[in-house]
Amino acid sequence: MSPQLEIQLIAVIVAVTCALPGAFLVLRKMSMMSDSITHTILLGIVLAFFMTHDLSSPLLILGAALMGVVTVWLTELLGRTRLLAEDAAIGIVFPLLFSIAIILITRYAGSVHLDTDSVLLGELAFAPFDRMVVAGMDIGAKAIYTTGALFLINLAVIIIFFKELKVATFDPMLAAVLGFAPALVHYGLMTLVSLTAVSAFQAVGSILVVAFMIGPPVTAYLLTDDLKWMLILSGLIGATNGILGYQAAALLDVSIAGSMAVMTGIVFLLVFIFAPHRGLVSALRRRRNQKIQFAKMTLLFHLYNHEGSENEASEAGIDDIHTHLRWDEAFTKSILALLKKEDCIKFTDGVIKLTDQGRSNSLRNYEALFSE
Amino acid sequence: MNAWISLFNDYTFQTVALGSALLGLISGVLGSFAVLRKQSLLGDGISHSALPGVVMAFILLGSKNTETLLLGALISGLTATLFIVGIVRHTRIKFDSALALVMSVFFGLGLVLLTYVQKIPNSNQAGLSRFIFGQASTLLQRDIILMAVCGAVLLALVILFWKEFKLSTFDSDFAQSLDFSPKKLNLLLSFMIVLSIIIGLQTVGVILMSAMLIAPAVAARQWTNKLWGMVLLSAIFGVVSGIVGTAISSLVAKLPTGPVIVVCISVIVMVSVLFAPGRGILHRLYQRRKNRLLLKMEGGEPNVPTT
Repeated sequence: MSPQLEIQLIAVIVAVTCALPGAFLVLRKMSMMSDSITHTILLGIVLAFFMTHDLSSPLLILGAALMGVVTVWLTELLGRTRLLAEDAAIGIVFPLLFSIAIILITRYAGSVHLDTDSVLLGELAFAPFDRMVVAGMDIGAKAIYTTGALFLINLAVIIIFFKELKVATFDPMLAAVLGFAPALVHYGLMTLVSLTAVSAFQAVGSILVVAFMIGPPVTAYLLTDDLKWMLILSGLIGATNGILGYQAAALLDVSIAGSMAVMTGIVFLLVFIFAPHRGLVSALRRRRNQKIQFAKMTLLFHLYNHEGSENEASEAGIDDIHTHLRWDEAFTKSILALLKKEDCIKFTDGVIKLTDQGRSNSLRNYEALFSE
Repeated sequence: MNAWISLFNDYTFQTVALGSALLGLISGVLGSFAVLRKQSLLGDGISHSALPGVVMAFILLGSKNTETLLLGALISGLTATLFIVGIVRHTRIKFDSALALVMSVFFGLGLVLLTYVQKIPNSNQAGLSRFIFGQASTLLQRDIILMAVCGAVLLALVILFWKEFKLSTFDSDFAQSLDFSPKKLNLLLSFMIVLSIIIGLQTVGVILMSAMLIAPAVAARQWTNKLWGMVLLSAIFGVVSGIVGTAISSLVAKLPTGPVIVVCISVIVMVSVLFAPGRGILHRLYQRRKNRLLLKMEGGEPNVPTT
């Protein structure tokens, strides 16, 4: 396999692996916890390194994952005192743990290759250099296997515990009543998140893990209301971002991970603007339609109220009706034109009159609004 | 003792300590408002989002002046804030998700630009990455002057709009009914918070700036229920941790300033959460025990038939 292909394969696997637990983070309003965990795993790695003195030891990964869970636990411990808000608790715990990690590194591990740059920024381009060799045979880049294994774990956990995760996410009370132990589900999910963050940050750096975890699910959230579809779409969007990001990076010769994060942003922006139902364009159009609909109803009510009364001529005059409704003149004109076209009103001697259809429309609207 | 005295006469120490103290003061004051409005993590988001602005300013203007780079940071920080606000307003996506998304995408863009800059031959881009981690020891006198000017403007604005900010923080509906525009006030306050974050970037760096904004305010909140008391105390905590942190990192070899400042302010938070009178954990435990004893004495032994 060529290095280019391997990098893209790793990117796709990392993106999909991150997107799966990320979807639950977004739905549980815990997105910023991913940011917190990706920073504190550095402390886990440093502590584990001091115990093993071996940078390739699997204990490092274990330490990092454990530290992720400890971070969540500490944050919630602090939040539960109710002395400070949940988000403030996040903002206090992770900078502290991260600071301790940096102090430990600069003080005691200066000579070792454990620099903060590589942890925070990561570099996917180097991933193919680290080969997986089994019985003397080169069977591909190591990262393919580590991230691939994690992908399978994530997929398996989500498929097996789909029901539990779903209930605990949307209705924790119901989950507790049904005996699903929401706390267990919660910490299980957090373990998954921190394992994912550990395996992904080696490839893309810890800050961009956040882009992969939160970006695709947030994008998918605008497209669907179904949890299953949200997970599938998140995976697909993540994979697309990975491939497009790599191509752009190769074209411009820039940071691959950074380019994938930018692609995540661009795809989100497109969906944000053009998504059916929830996109900006359709939301604005819907709001405009509602405004026109409301204006039409208001105008018909106004006419119906004053129909046949002595001040009808002044209240319903074509030229000054907008002062009674307190509308913009141009807006009033357009609403009148619309109603005329629908054959609801007619103009006689500069006064607006309801047609039979307009009168029945107005009555129908009234019924719809005020009858039980 | 001699080490301390000679330390305080040291010019570099004076500069760095003054800078850290100023940063603590500014972020303490504005952090109070950020925390009370439940926007604590905005600091984290903005400081990450500032990176593309820093690099962009360098690419476009080719200068490595602190002012130029900070201006770039300010612009991209504000753009990020507008994106976050826009996403939250127009979709069902929550504030935290929007924040996480925008900040990581902006940071990614910053990385892309950074790798692009590194390819330009002969450019002296070496200092740009100090904005990611912050390097208090590189503070110069002119940086301090810049910080002092920005700080003075921010403090003046806080004093000038004190009643408006107070009102809109605690009861924005009431503020609106009194004809204060919450939109404009929010925008002004966000702008001020962003500015204070940007000022702190080169002292403590992108990642630790969020702690400087949140921690003093959270600690101060435990000791008082008055806004002016909280802001004042928060500023004092910020200044103290700035100076103490700088002193410790100067006295002990190989100790980075930014992280030490964060550890100092975190210690203040821990002490406050544990020992604050009235609210603190110890006080609450004591109160609970006292209540239990009180109820026991009044009610006597429980006398409930068991069978």
